[in-house]
Amino acid sequence: MGLGISFIYFAIILFLAWIAGVLPFLKVFFTTVIPYVALVVFIVGVIARIIRWGRSPVPFRITTTCGQEKSLPWIRQNKLDNPSSWLGTLGRMLLEILFFRSLFRNTQAEFRGDRLVYSVDKWLWFFSLAFHWSFLIIFLRHFRFFTEPIPSFVTFLQNIDGFFQVGLPIIYITNILIVAGLLYLFLRRIFDSKVRIVSLPSDYFPLLLILGIAATGILMRYFFKTDLVAVKEFTVAILSFQSVSGDLINKLSPLFVIHFTFVCTLLIYFPMSKLMHLGGVFLSPTRNLANNNRMKRHINPWNYDVPVHTYEEYEDEFRDKMKAAGIPVEKEV
Amino acid sequence: MATKIKPEELLQTINLKPKFKNWMDVPVEFRKGTFNYAGSEEALIYLDQPNPRKWQTTDPDWKLPENWKEIILEGLRERLEKFRSLKIFMDICVRCGACADKCHFFLGSGDPKNMPVLRAELLRSVYRREFTTAGKIMGRMVGARDLTFDVLREWFYYFYQCTQCRRCSVFCPYGIDTAEITFLTRELMNLIGVNIDWIMTPVKNSYRTGNHLGIQPHGMKDSLEMATADIEEITGIHIDIPLNKKGAEVLFVTPSADFFGTPHYYTFLGYVMLFHEIGLDYTFSTYASEGGNFGSFVSHELMKRLNNKIYAEAKRLKVKWILGGECGHMWRVIHQYMDTMNGPADFLEVPRSPITGTVFENAKSTKMVHICEFTADLIYHGKIKLDPSRNDHWHATFHDSCNPSRGMGLIEEPRYIIKNVMRNFTEMPDNTIREQTFCCGSGAGLGTDENFEMRMRGGFPRANAAKYVKDKYGVNICLCICAIDKANLPHLFEFWAPGLEVGGVHEMVGNALVMSGEKPRETDLRFQPLINQEV
Ligand code: HEM
Ligand code: SF4
Ligand code: SF4
Repeated sequence: MGLGISFIYFAIILFLAWIAGVLPFLKVFFTTVIPYVALVVFIVGVIARIIRWGRSPVPFRITTTCGQEKSLPWIRQNKLDNPSSWLGTLGRMLLEILFFRSLFRNTQAEFRGDRLVYSVDKWLWFFSLAFHWSFLIIFLRHFRFFTEPIPSFVTFLQNIDGFFQVGLPIIYITNILIVAGLLYLFLRRIFDSKVRIVSLPSDYFPLLLILGIAATGILMRYFFKTDLVAVKEFTVAILSFQSVSGDLINKLSPLFVIHFTFVCTLLIYFPMSKLMHLGGVFLSPTRNLANNNRMKRHINPWNYDVPVHTYEEYEDEFRDKMKAAGIPVEKEV
Repeated sequence: MATKIKPEELLQTINLKPKFKNWMDVPVEFRKGTFNYAGSEEALIYLDQPNPRKWQTTDPDWKLPENWKEIILEGLRERLEKFRSLKIFMDICVRCGACADKCHFFLGSGDPKNMPVLRAELLRSVYRREFTTAGKIMGRMVGARDLTFDVLREWFYYFYQCTQCRRCSVFCPYGIDTAEITFLTRELMNLIGVNIDWIMTPVKNSYRTGNHLGIQPHGMKDSLEMATADIEEITGIHIDIPLNKKGAEVLFVTPSADFFGTPHYYTFLGYVMLFHEIGLDYTFSTYASEGGNFGSFVSHELMKRLNNKIYAEAKRLKVKWILGGECGHMWRVIHQYMDTMNGPADFLEVPRSPITGTVFENAKSTKMVHICEFTADLIYHGKIKLDPSRNDHWHATFHDSCNPSRGMGLIEEPRYIIKNVMRNFTEMPDNTIREQTFCCGSGAGLGTDENFEMRMRGGFPRANAAKYVKDKYGVNICLCICAIDKANLPHLFEFWAPGLEVGGVHEMVGNALVMSGEKPRETDLRFQPLINQEV
């Protein structure tokens, strides 16, 4: 469901961005108004969403446990997959967020004759991780456009990222990995019938959009050189809330305008979409709570009294039978 | 149990690569053998639950209240405010499908709506429509749809095809727990009187008589007396089983099926023999005679109403702490809910084994210890004498029950016990045990005759792994620590892996336990002759 619709949305945005690159009026609008709209929507949207989640309490400690819990002293606890302390929980969360621990468990079930077997399937894990890390590193590398002087961590990342390269222009490993990751995730949605069935437009669309960002970025870097000095001047001006001269805007290539518009779209789209998993993963109660349930009482803020069937009522109903059977009772009659 | 469908035929129908169809266009079909009967009017009245009436799931008219949609949507709004889990799980699923082939119901049916992600989408689609701007405006284009009677029927069908086993949650990168979504959706449906009888009637029974089978106090007494007689015949030792005894040190609570069910009963004999041998000062209770909590299959409130009895009875009997028997869902409730709902248990003491002196620090707040923790501690300290050769007629494997493994982490204790009480033990394949264990297919209230086909489907992955070790290594018994397993696995194996028996861990303890003053054992607790006995 929704592949076509996502393509249409994507095409509309691409089209608008493309005209903006050539029509001066639109270009000014897309480069000086939309970025601020996008930033505000992103920041306000993300914060609002997190506050909305945070407002709901966590009534029960429903940790999903994987591996041995803390029990008798001579039984070895699995401290990371079934943590009982805050430190272990932190470790579990870090593994989850930095290395997608749970996805690493992934298996693929299939029939071998009458036997159901579960083969190791790390592809999803590998390509998601490749995509996310590349995304992060590429984002950080972009700081060379945002700040002057260029922060040293950016140079450092650039050096590592382009480490395996001899000759020019430098090809960053992350550029390859992000595209590979996105393509894998995208094709999987189309060719794995299980995933295709559950996919919505909102699943294809962000992949297309980010693929669009990556593709235009790569095109600018290796094929259609853009005036990087102008780009830097432009981003620095935008981020320091200074006006941008028409002259400078003129120097921005149409390809850059498309790239930039995609990024703004992503920012606007982010808070109202599943991309908020970025924030949600930190708040997921099955993962971020220690499994110390029987050690430490968890408080439910809305716990309320419920009707119960008391022992007295019970004994009243069954007293005669209890007495006949020789079971002790509280009241003789 | 009668069923027309044969295992080979059933296998033929499973396709793990379902054809693409827009799932919203696929109507739900209530096929005989794959759903449960509706909750009885009587049970709902007794429990004061909404909309008691006579109805059946196959009726065209479910006799819902006029404003049923409002009730459900208002209920959903309320629960979104009360459960962060629900809000997060509604918002952040990326539909990566990592959970898709992790659910035993999908693996046994190939029905896409049994993929956990799609099960959750059944609710999420309505959530989007009512609670998100995009869903309100764009509807189907963003995967949103109105709540209609057909949607409700679909909810009923598929949320009662989830055993709240949480296997999906283990694999989900965000820990999205479809069991939580199922629990809350069942709760929503219960608001308009849409529920199943094998939950509502057991809840009523548990509420009234203390246990889900509706056994009255004298009935329970009979069962204890029968156990006394059986143990005397097997061991020559007479044991009096304390019942409702005030001032005992320990209250023992176990699923009521242990008193009557087969093979549960053998495990029950095992407990009683063990307690006698170590001289534990304990008591059973007729009022709190059910560990299992059927309320936890349908509503948080009913769960609390039933669970209340355990602490209440501990208080009345003035015990020091509580010991709990072999049960799955019961332990999820005790471990993750009881203290929060009905605590604090400040009238009890931190559990301490009177035999070994071990203080159970891991239960210092809830004050309830699992029998496997208790027994493993006894064995570790060499406090009981065991003759594992008395279990030589068995070659066992161990089925981790969903809740002790994924809602607790009780993994090594039962294995430690098994390895000490018997000599032949083989694990099932790695992806089917411990936190990756497969449900028996009948948990969370689905273990009915009318649902037989679906249970055999849901239990298929478990049975398949068990059959593998049976055929390859000659395993002849599957041990487990859950009353629902003990009730269901025998049918499941009869269907998929005939010849494989089912037993409890403490049944094996009872067999191996060398009791002071006992006569030479000739049979095990099932009255089956022992082999290799050098007597
Ligand atoms: C701590 C942060 C994050 C974690 C732990 C995380 C984790 C994950 C995981 C495990 C998946 C599922 C596997 C997959 O389908 O690829 C996923 C999917 C995805 N993530 Fe993230 N993510 C994070 C941040 C982000 C950010 C910042 C973006 C931003 C643009 C993003 C975009 C996506 C997209 C587009 C998908 C969908 C891929 C698909 O399902 O087809 N994620 N994420
Ligand atoms: S694994 Fe989690 S995020 Fe992925 S589809 Fe399933 S529920 Fe959604
Ligand atoms: S909780 Fe278990 S039964 Fe329910 S969807 Fe998840 S895997 Fe399936």
